[in-house]
Amino acid sequence: MATPTVSRPREVRDTVVIRFAGDSGDGMQVTGAQFTIETALAGNDLTTFPDFPAEIRAPAGTTFGVSAFQIHFGSQEILTPGDEVDVLVAMNPAALKVNIKDLKAGGLVVADTGAFTERNLQKAGYESNPLESEGDSLARFQILKLDITKQTLEAVKPFGLGQKDALRCRNMWALGLLLWMYGRERQATLDVIARKFAKRTEIAQANAACLNAGHAFGETAELGADLTGYVVPRAPVRPGTYRTVNGTEAIAFGLVTGAKKAALGRLVFTGYPITPASALLHTMANLKQYGVVTFQAEDEIAAICAAIGASFAGALGVTSSSGPGVALKTEALGLAIAAELPLVLVNSQRAGPSTGLPTKTEQSDLFQAVYGRNADAPLAVLAAATPADAFECAVEAVRLAVKYMTPVILLSDGFLANAAEPWLLPDVDAIPGFPVSFRTDPTGFYPYLRDPKTLARVWAVPGTPGLEHRIGGIERSYDTGHISYEPENHQRMTETRAAKIAGIAADIPLQQVALGPTRGSLAVVGWGSTFGPIQQAVKLARAEGLDVAHIHLRYLNPFPRNLGELLRGYQQILVPEMNTGQLVTMLRSSFLVPAIGLSKVTGRPFKSAEVLAAIRSRLEV
Amino acid sequence: MTTVLQPKDFASDQEVRWCPGCGDYAILKAVHKTLAELGVSREKTVFVSGIGCSSRFPYYMSTYGFHTIHGRAPAVATGVKLANPELDVWVITGDGDGLSIGGNHTLHALRRNVDLNIVLFNNEIYGLTKGQYSPTSRRGTKSPSTPQGSVDNPVNACQFALGAGARFVARSIDTMQPHLVQVLKRAHGHRGASFVEVFQNCVVFNDGVFDNFTAKETAAEAQLHLEHGLPLLFGRDRNRGLRLKPGRMELEVVTVGENGVGLDDILVHDEKNKALAMLLAGLEPPVYPVAIGVLYADSGPCYDRDLHAQIAAAGPQKDDLNALIRQGRTWNVSD
Repeated sequence: MATPTVSRPREVRDTVVIRFAGDSGDGMQVTGAQFTIETALAGNDLTTFPDFPAEIRAPAGTTFGVSAFQIHFGSQEILTPGDEVDVLVAMNPAALKVNIKDLKAGGLVVADTGAFTERNLQKAGYESNPLESEGDSLARFQILKLDITKQTLEAVKPFGLGQKDALRCRNMWALGLLLWMYGRERQATLDVIARKFAKRTEIAQANAACLNAGHAFGETAELGADLTGYVVPRAPVRPGTYRTVNGTEAIAFGLVTGAKKAALGRLVFTGYPITPASALLHTMANLKQYGVVTFQAEDEIAAICAAIGASFAGALGVTSSSGPGVALKTEALGLAIAAELPLVLVNSQRAGPSTGLPTKTEQSDLFQAVYGRNADAPLAVLAAATPADAFECAVEAVRLAVKYMTPVILLSDGFLANAAEPWLLPDVDAIPGFPVSFRTDPTGFYPYLRDPKTLARVWAVPGTPGLEHRIGGIERSYDTGHISYEPENHQRMTETRAAKIAGIAADIPLQQVALGPTRGSLAVVGWGSTFGPIQQAVKLARAEGLDVAHIHLRYLNPFPRNLGELLRGYQQILVPEMNTGQLVTMLRSSFLVPAIGLSKVTGRPFKSAEVLAAIRSRLEV
Repeated sequence: MTTVLQPKDFASDQEVRWCPGCGDYAILKAVHKTLAELGVSREKTVFVSGIGCSSRFPYYMSTYGFHTIHGRAPAVATGVKLANPELDVWVITGDGDGLSIGGNHTLHALRRNVDLNIVLFNNEIYGLTKGQYSPTSRRGTKSPSTPQGSVDNPVNACQFALGAGARFVARSIDTMQPHLVQVLKRAHGHRGASFVEVFQNCVVFNDGVFDNFTAKETAAEAQLHLEHGLPLLFGRDRNRGLRLKPGRMELEVVTVGENGVGLDDILVHDEKNKALAMLLAGLEPPVYPVAIGVLYADSGPCYDRDLHAQIAAAGPQKDDLNALIRQGRTWNVSD
């Protein structure tokens, strides 16, 4: 029994990376999410990286069933989930085995010795207990051996839980300890526990008791140098109201905001279950009070077709999927392009091809988004850089879709969809509106009458008297919209469709440089969720005195109109991508610049150190 | 101001481009007549189609129309109803479009019971792609892709619809104008998905394929006209009828007045009896007549209405998005 001690002094840390790892049934995602909220409330900047297996409950104790949640937080701007782990919480041997390689030398392992049974060691492929053996691979680390299993069973004793339910509280004990370790509050977590188990009070009490027990253990245990408390000061962030947001939530909010700014009363969101895009369907399904209708279709094709039908009928049609599903939607995208109807398609990219790695991130659908259709079928493509940026991107996708009567693809990815960060909440009322005006005047009406400036056709909605018309996938006359097989008309229509999308370049901001000079030795050009690691790497490189800039693209089709000129101001261009070189190919072919790629396709985000090494190598440092 | 629209008012100004003698002309005419008789408005009516000869249909209507992509019309039409359940939406499809490439969407629109009027033109052939056998072609159909004759079994459109959970299933024939109009009006009046199979003659690639029950000389003996509450009688003298084979779930043809068969022995058509509808849908010459008319009609929960009811039940519509994004845990950072 530990005796209370005077609180020991806490050491100060600028930034910390913690990885919670356990079996996929151990509740590591919940643990991580709660640690995130408490950390955000403590005023740190942060980024998270949930990393879980494709199997829902892989055989317990195996290495392929390990689920992990990483959080990087600190008293300064945090741009990435962190290259190396400072603290690894390993709930079983498999979690230790899979994750130990990412722990930095001198890092801390918190291991539940109660789970290091012979059977679990065997399942993880350990011949002997790595926590017991001398002079082995763990020698470089600090090891905090705690029988969390036993402690948990003690803590839940009063509540009469079965062994299985009792053991499911282990994560809360570990969370309680880590919250103590970094001086976090517990209230938000206690609130969540009470809410989540409102109907099973004994479970709620047991979880709360474990959380408190873990915390108290840290507070009172006499472990000497083994267990130190830390303080991570608040990050200097802009004043305002914050919440944590992941890419999925931000996109959902952005879509709803976009529809409102477009003055459209109804947003029809359609989807078919697919990892990692399903979460967006779930989120939208809870926004029915904000003009949202959700439809889980019979397949990916039906989902996009229903969205197109909804747009035809005057709603904002939105569909969402991941790469394989987007492949199925391709023909229908062509229809939306031909029919010139607004549509937003959100692609939460994952590693491929085919089924690939459904829960792992990649950004390899850029070609698919920009070029992946039969015939000349241009549409607008945007990519979100961070969870918070995804909100703005979604609003912008809606704006372009309704203003130009075109499908817009918004690229997200598995990392962005799940990663959370603090979000300085915008004043939604201050976002400029872009109200749609449906055509109502029958005088001189043709369905393909175009705005001479944007080349967008009129939006005439069924139910409007006098505007009855027929549209479809067959080529149509430029003027009347009637079926036309005239050769010159097809040439003109093809050119018009291209000019309409190309013209969007005049309606989007000039490309800015995210960090560094507007001309010089090296530009690192990225898009999508590589923003964090690139920004961090460029920051570090500049601190080393290297002449390097970071350019991050939101608009991938069309490109900003100054992009070519901007790129030509640098002697070298480096393009890190989580694919084998898609943007780099587009930049080379569009602007004839000697851009060089940096590829990573491991299903995991770039580490900033990897980008930094490539920068140094380009600059021959 | 209400203007009474005539059938011709539902025709567009576009030149119809089906082959001379195509059964589609007669269906188009029947639809024009149906809409005029129903007194619907052009602006609230939407025709959605897929790909194929039949799917050119919307271009020849003066209503709203959307000629989409192969097989996907039920999905597009579902989206139209999601956006605006007040619209009167028709889906025009064919045997290839609706039962082959788009079979999945037909299945799901029917099982969801979306309030759509689905009219499937069955000519047992791919016309627009020049005559390949279709999923409804009978075994042995010789076509450019099956020069030795097809070896796959055809799908029975109405049995498929019933199996998918359709709550209105009917049949008619392109050449039977008054009957077709009546069936289409019934389909329109049904709340939920209605499925109408129209036997349609392809004069170029499959001419006369239905002659065994549609030709003048065969029609009376080979067609069973269904009327709810009336006995299942057919034949020139209306003395042939259907009854359940004693002890079996199987229909048999009997003659009233022969072998002790009386009128009381003949089954009475019950539109709400799905098992009977399934049996009737499967009848084929030469042993049986082809059942024409409303096989099954029994309304049930309707997807688009229930979906919008659920939205209404979620609570009043809100537009304070600042409040929305501030839901849950937030924190303030001051200067």
